[in-house]
Amino acid sequence: MSAIKIRLKENDLQQLKDVCRSFNNQEGELINVLHKAQGIFGYLPAEVQEVIARELEVSVARVYGVVTFYSFFTMVPRGRFPISVCTGTACYVRGAEKVLDEFKRLIKVPVGETTPDGKFSIAGLRCVGACGLAPVVLVGDKTYGRVAPDGVKKILKEYDDK
Amino acid sequence: MGKLKVKIDNKLIEVEQGTTILEAAKKLSVEIPTLCYMNLGDMNIEHKPGGCRICVVEVEGRRNLAPSCATDCHDGMEVKTHSIRVLNARRTVLELMLSDHPFDCLICAKSGNCDLQSTAIKLGIREIQYQGEKSTYKPDLSPAILRDMDKCIMCRRCEKMCNEVQTVGVLSGIYRGFEAVVAPAFERDLDHSECTYCGQCVAVCPTAALTEVDHTNQVLRALADPSKTVVVQTAPAVRAALGEEFGMEPGTLVTGKMVAALRQLEFDYVFDTDFAADLTIMEEGAEILGRLNRHLSGDKSVKLPILTSCCPGWVSFFEHHFTDLLDVPSTARSPQQMFGAIAKTYFADKIQKNRKDIVVVSIMPCVAKKYECTREEFSVDGNPDVDFSISTRELANLIKRANIDFNKLPDEEFDAPMGESTGAGVIFGTTGGVIEAATRSAYEMHTGKTLEKVDFDQLRGWEGIRQATVDFDGFQLKIGIAHGLGNARKLLDDVRSGKSEFHAIEIMACPGGCIGGGGQPLHHGNSAILKARQKAIYREDANKPLRKSHENPSIIKLYEEFLGKPLGEKAHKLLHTKYFRRGNIICIEPDVREAESI
Repeated sequence: MSAIKIRLKENDLQQLKDVCRSFNNQEGELINVLHKAQGIFGYLPAEVQEVIARELEVSVARVYGVVTFYSFFTMVPRGRFPISVCTGTACYVRGAEKVLDEFKRLIKVPVGETTPDGKFSIAGLRCVGACGLAPVVLVGDKTYGRVAPDGVKKILKEYDDK
Repeated sequence: MGKLKVKIDNKLIEVEQGTTILEAAKKLSVEIPTLCYMNLGDMNIEHKPGGCRICVVEVEGRRNLAPSCATDCHDGMEVKTHSIRVLNARRTVLELMLSDHPFDCLICAKSGNCDLQSTAIKLGIREIQYQGEKSTYKPDLSPAILRDMDKCIMCRRCEKMCNEVQTVGVLSGIYRGFEAVVAPAFERDLDHSECTYCGQCVAVCPTAALTEVDHTNQVLRALADPSKTVVVQTAPAVRAALGEEFGMEPGTLVTGKMVAALRQLEFDYVFDTDFAADLTIMEEGAEILGRLNRHLSGDKSVKLPILTSCCPGWVSFFEHHFTDLLDVPSTARSPQQMFGAIAKTYFADKIQKNRKDIVVVSIMPCVAKKYECTREEFSVDGNPDVDFSISTRELANLIKRANIDFNKLPDEEFDAPMGESTGAGVIFGTTGGVIEAATRSAYEMHTGKTLEKVDFDQLRGWEGIRQATVDFDGFQLKIGIAHGLGNARKLLDDVRSGKSEFHAIEIMACPGGCIGGGGQPLHHGNSAILKARQKAIYREDANKPLRKSHENPSIIKLYEEFLGKPLGEKAHKLLHTKYFRRGNIICIEPDVREAESI
């Protein structure tokens, strides 16, 4: 029953507290607070969840429960260029899975994880509302349409020197 | 609101608005099977997530089947609880549940006491038509509780107890779908969480997903070792519940039979934790009066209220959640630990044994006691004051293994000197009992008068938070009582904010106090059992010739021969303790960018 030390930078702690305060530290705003926090830090490490739990006066187990329930939330740092392959119905029937497999093969990490150099991470995604462009891939904010497995290499090449 | 007319299985009944189908059926003696549902009516604990779907029934005019635990009756409703459609659905649900559950019933700790098993028996399941992946998790072994999540059926009763009733907040449902499971944050093990080991999750778990850590084999090995003198102590609440494990009515007192059984198990000395409870009153009572007198004489450094400290679940709770109030609770050790300390010093001297050759076993209604006896401060050179703590359920198991016909045992008496106790020691087993015991002694010490009526009815009851004022010969002593950690939190919040007006507060972690402890025979959701145990405790008290701790002759002798006086140097060393900060600490590191710019 040992106490666990949670290390957090002062600046990060202040930012987090501000986020919680902007939602009046209300328990019911947990999902919104987590959403904002992930926007700031790129992911939701244990330390961040501990602070949010304390600020909103909910148990950290409950916070972790919410984080693990929604696939949008991640505890793994995302890459500088997060890759999302849409696997919604339209993209899926037009071969999104093969595209996703090709990305996994080339950057050598499974879905939900990040390359060791922190450059790319890869995630599945359900429908971005651009079904006319199926299959759709997002890299960061940039959208690629009608992506075929043999076009994946070309997309990654764009990020060679970045 | 008028009454509703409802027909269940062709039987008519009138019920109040807001009555569920399950409750209405119960009134007609129709027992619809349930799994996730739990109702501890007397303690206002109701859990009906409608998640397991075992209790589904067919409602005339409704397209789908209705979960009876979470569906209110309406006027003119017609319900069928065992139509072929219902039976098929119920069977399918249970088979799916069983298809993701281990089949090791023969060697499972809960076999014979498992709600999942009894439901499978009730529904006549003979084969499981579904086969597929099974959930597997690493078992989590803490000092007191064993979590085996392979056996979790996601009823989430433990979550209800941990979060809403106890407000400890260690357990939560995590992930979703097939991966869903109940776990502490970040899937840490319990030992690295804020778990207090109160064991209320264990008390309500329908399967063996949450059980106490079994220490029966260690106890058997100690008993078989000729070089060891094995001393046993039995907590007050055990005698009011042990009989249930042998088919007796809840509330049957089995003190004498329990002593006889322990002797047949070949414990060398059969003693009573009630003796140590009397000792606790001597120390805690003196501490309460000391603090009170100094406070009344104007010493502002003395904090009031003083809180009881005999419940290890409660101690862990404030060590985690109220780290700023560590100087408020009494420093008196719990009766279990006082017993251990005296057994391995005073008593060891009497029988001329080295403490290392004495094994102290405690029989407790509690699982937190297993953790408590492993705390480092309760050992000398690595030798613990209490070696093993086993639950009421574990004792029942030992008795059965030793081929003892418990019901036919004669009544026997505890051994001297540490088996002698007063009624005040007995009532430690129920909510309100510790403070009543303290009041009996403190009154006489404070006023110098003899207390004529020792029953303090104003301190007894079931409400989660109670308050009472006791007249101490003109001085009005204000007492608060809470049972269940959620209720304790409310009183503690008042203490923290300075709003509390109490002089003394008694807190017990479990609803009902020790009689409802996590180590007791399972109540299976029937709170009437807890009430019967409480009555038994007060009956035992009333039948004792001595009912005030300070009149216990063996306690008086212990002070004369060994301890000196309450709160004296020796008493302080052996009978008092200190508390530790245990909450997770947020360490702020200077921001790197700022640090570099300086």
